[in-house]
Amino acid sequence: MIDFEPSEEQALIIETVHQFAENEVRPRSRETDESGKPPPALLSAAHELGLVANGLPEADGGGGARSALAGALIAEELGWGDMSLAFAILSPSLVGFPVADHGTAELRKQILPGLLGPDFVPGALAIVEPRFDFDVYHPHTTAKRDGDGWILDGRKCLVPWLEGGRHVVVFAAENDALAAFALPRDAKGLVATPEQNLGLCGLPTVELVLESVRAPAAARLDASDADLRRLIERGRIAIAATAVGTARAAFEVARDYAKQRETFGQPIATRQAIAFKLADMAIEIDGARLLVWEAASAIDRGDDAARLVRLAQDQTARVGLAVADSAVQIFGGHGYIRDYLPEMHLRNLAGLGSFEGLALV
Amino acid sequence: MPISFEPSEGSLVAQAHYRKVALEQMRPISRRYDVEEHALPREWVDYWWKEGRWGAKGAPASNDGFITVCLQAEQLCWGDAGLYLRMPTPALGGSAVGAAGTKEQQAKFMAGFRALEGQPIWGAMAITEPQAGSDAAAIETTAEYDPATEEWILNGTKIFCTAGEGASTVPGGFVVVWATLDKSAGRAAIKSFVVPAGTKGMELIGCEKKLGIRASDTATLRFENCRVPKDNLLGRAEVKKQDPTRTGDKGFMGAMATYDASRPIVAAMATGVGRASLEFLIEELARQGIQIRYDAPPRERTAIEKDVVEMEADLQAARLLTWRAAWMMNKGKPNNLEASMAKAKAGLAVTKITQKAVQILGPIGYSKKLLVEKWMRDAKINDIYEGTQQINQLIVARRILDYSSAVLR
Repeated sequence: MIDFEPSEEQALIIETVHQFAENEVRPRSRETDESGKPPPALLSAAHELGLVANGLPEADGGGGARSALAGALIAEELGWGDMSLAFAILSPSLVGFPVADHGTAELRKQILPGLLGPDFVPGALAIVEPRFDFDVYHPHTTAKRDGDGWILDGRKCLVPWLEGGRHVVVFAAENDALAAFALPRDAKGLVATPEQNLGLCGLPTVELVLESVRAPAAARLDASDADLRRLIERGRIAIAATAVGTARAAFEVARDYAKQRETFGQPIATRQAIAFKLADMAIEIDGARLLVWEAASAIDRGDDAARLVRLAQDQTARVGLAVADSAVQIFGGHGYIRDYLPEMHLRNLAGLGSFEGLALV
Repeated sequence: MPISFEPSEGSLVAQAHYRKVALEQMRPISRRYDVEEHALPREWVDYWWKEGRWGAKGAPASNDGFITVCLQAEQLCWGDAGLYLRMPTPALGGSAVGAAGTKEQQAKFMAGFRALEGQPIWGAMAITEPQAGSDAAAIETTAEYDPATEEWILNGTKIFCTAGEGASTVPGGFVVVWATLDKSAGRAAIKSFVVPAGTKGMELIGCEKKLGIRASDTATLRFENCRVPKDNLLGRAEVKKQDPTRTGDKGFMGAMATYDASRPIVAAMATGVGRASLEFLIEELARQGIQIRYDAPPRERTAIEKDVVEMEADLQAARLLTWRAAWMMNKGKPNNLEASMAKAKAGLAVTKITQKAVQILGPIGYSKKLLVEKWMRDAKINDIYEGTQQINQLIVARRILDYSSAVLR
C-alpha cells in the first residue's frame, strides 16, 4: 500500500533531528563555514543522539535499526540545519557502515567499539579522485597484491578529515574490480593535505596521497564489486537527502525574505515574478524528496535500486543548485553578501555533481 | 503504516488490467480517431460501457483508494488521452455532483451511470466562457429564478466543454453549468446547475478543432432561456456578500474544491502520455543498439543519455507528487497545495518530455507513421486545462506564502 505518512518511529526521528538542527546546528552554521572548524561540543551532542550508532548491528553493540529511509530522514533534517555540519555529524557512518557490513572480525573488533563509545569519533571515506574524468566505479587508485596483504597507490580528494578520527576507508581498483580497505590514518605512506573548496567550508576535508601504503590482509573489506556499488548507492542517497534539506533551507530563507523585502511599496513576494519562482522551488524540492524516499525504500527492500538512485541523485543535483541560485537571486544584492545565508547554500549545493562518500545510510 | 512506495496487490492487478485495455482496445484505433477528429469512436465507447467501466473483475480489493484511480488514468492515457476523455462516464460533471450535491441529487443524476443497462451516456462540466477562462469568477452566464414555475432560467455561452457533445445530446447524461445569480455579487453569486441532456434551450453549437486530444469532443454550448427544475441547483441559492469560505456554502468553493480531486487525475493522465512517449523512445533507442547506462560516469554520458535520464526523473517526480496528492484525498487531508503541485509539475514535465522525444527521434519522431508526434500534441493540453501552469503556480505560491487571492493576484 502506497503511504506517505511517516510511521510513529519515523516521525520521532524527524522531530528529534529537526529540533537538534534548529537549536544546535543552525546557530553555528555561519561561524563554522567561516572558521572551518566544527565545534567539538556540537559533535559530542550530536553523537549522544546515536544517529549512526542506532544503525550499527546489535551484535556489535549498535541499535540494529539500519534503514536507508530513516537515514534519509535524518540527513534531510541535518542538511536543513547546515550541510557542512550534517556531513561532519554523519562522518562516523563513513567507517562504521562499511566495516559493519563487510569488515573482518578483527577489523570490527578494532574499529566499531570506538564508534559506539562515549566520545564522538569521526570517520572518513576516500572515494573521489581529483580529476575531471573521475569514474567512481573505476578509480585510478590501485590495490596490488603483496604477499598476504596489498599495496595501495593513488590520490584521493574530498575526504572528510575531522579531528580525532582514527580510520579511513579507501576505495581502490584491484585489477578491474572495486575493493575497499580500512586503514589507520597514520598508516605509512598516507599523506593528508588540508584542502579548500568552493563550499562545504565548515567540513574539514583533505587531499589524500597514497604512496605504496601497505594494507594487511585483515584491512581489506570482504566486499565484492557489487557490494561496494551498493555502498556507493547508499552514499548517494545520504548526500541527496542532505541536499534536499539544504535546498529546503534555501527555499525557506528566500520565502521569508521575499515577504519582508519591499519594492515600490509592496513585498516582493506579492509579485508573480518572485512568487512563481518560489512556487517552482517548493514543487521541485518536494519532487526531489519523493525520489530520494522511493530510492531509499527500494534499498531497504533489497531491490536493485541503481536506476532509482541515479534518478534521485541527478534530480537532486539539478534541483539543489537551481533552488540555491533562485534564493540568491530573490535576495538580490543581499544574496551575494555573506551576512545572509543564500550564498553559502549556493556554494554548498554547487558541488553535488562531484560529491561521493560524504555520508552513508 | 510507514512511508511506502509499494502499490497494494489490488492496485497492481488493476494496473495490469488497464494496461491490457490500453494496448488492445485503445492503441489500435489511436491514429484513426486522431485523423477522424469529430467521429464517435463507437467500438471504444461501447467496449467501455459494456465491460471497461466495471474495472478489473476479480481483482483483490485495493486500499490505495484514489491512487488506484490515478493508476487507471495513467494507464489509459498511456493508451490514448483523447479516447480516455471520450469514455462514457460522468467525468467532471460527476465530480461536481459528488462534491456539491445532496444525496438525493447524487442518486437522481448518477442513476443512468450506475445502471447496468441502456446506451452509453456522458457527463460534463461547463465553466469556461469566451471571455473567462482561468478567472472563473468572471463568468457571465446568468441564472434567474422563476417563482411561477419553480425553475431556473439559464442564459449564456460556454466553450471548451470536454465531452460536451455527448453530455448535452445523449439522453440520460447531463452538463453541470456554472452561472451567476447576480453579476454584481462576484464569486458568492456563482452557482452550478445540472442541465440534463436534451433540455430545451441548451444547444450544441459545435466542437473545437484542436492541436491534440482530437478524439475528445470539446464543445461550445449555448443556453437560451434554458429552464431546469429548482432542485437542479447544486448547493444553496442564497447569495451572501461575504467570504464564501466561511458560509459553509458548497457553491463556488464547492465547485473549486472539485479541482483538488480532478487535478491529481489530470496529473496522472499527463504522466500516462509522457510515459507513452518516453517508453517508446527508450525502446526505439534499444532497437538502434543504444542502451541507456545508469552507471556511466558524468564525463562519459552521451547527450541522449543525459536527456533520457532527466526525462525519467522528471516523469517519476511528477508521478510521486501525484500519488501524494491522491493519498491525501484518501486520508481526508486538505490537498489544495499538493494537487496544484502535482498538476504544475506533471503538466510541464510531460510537455517537455514529449517535445524532447520528437527532437531526439528526428524525422521519425516528426512523422505521422508513429504516434510520437501525436503524443507531443496530446501532452500539451495537460499544462493548460484544469488550471494552467500559471494558475497552479499561483495557487502553490499563495499557499506557501500564506497570501490570499487579494494579496497575490
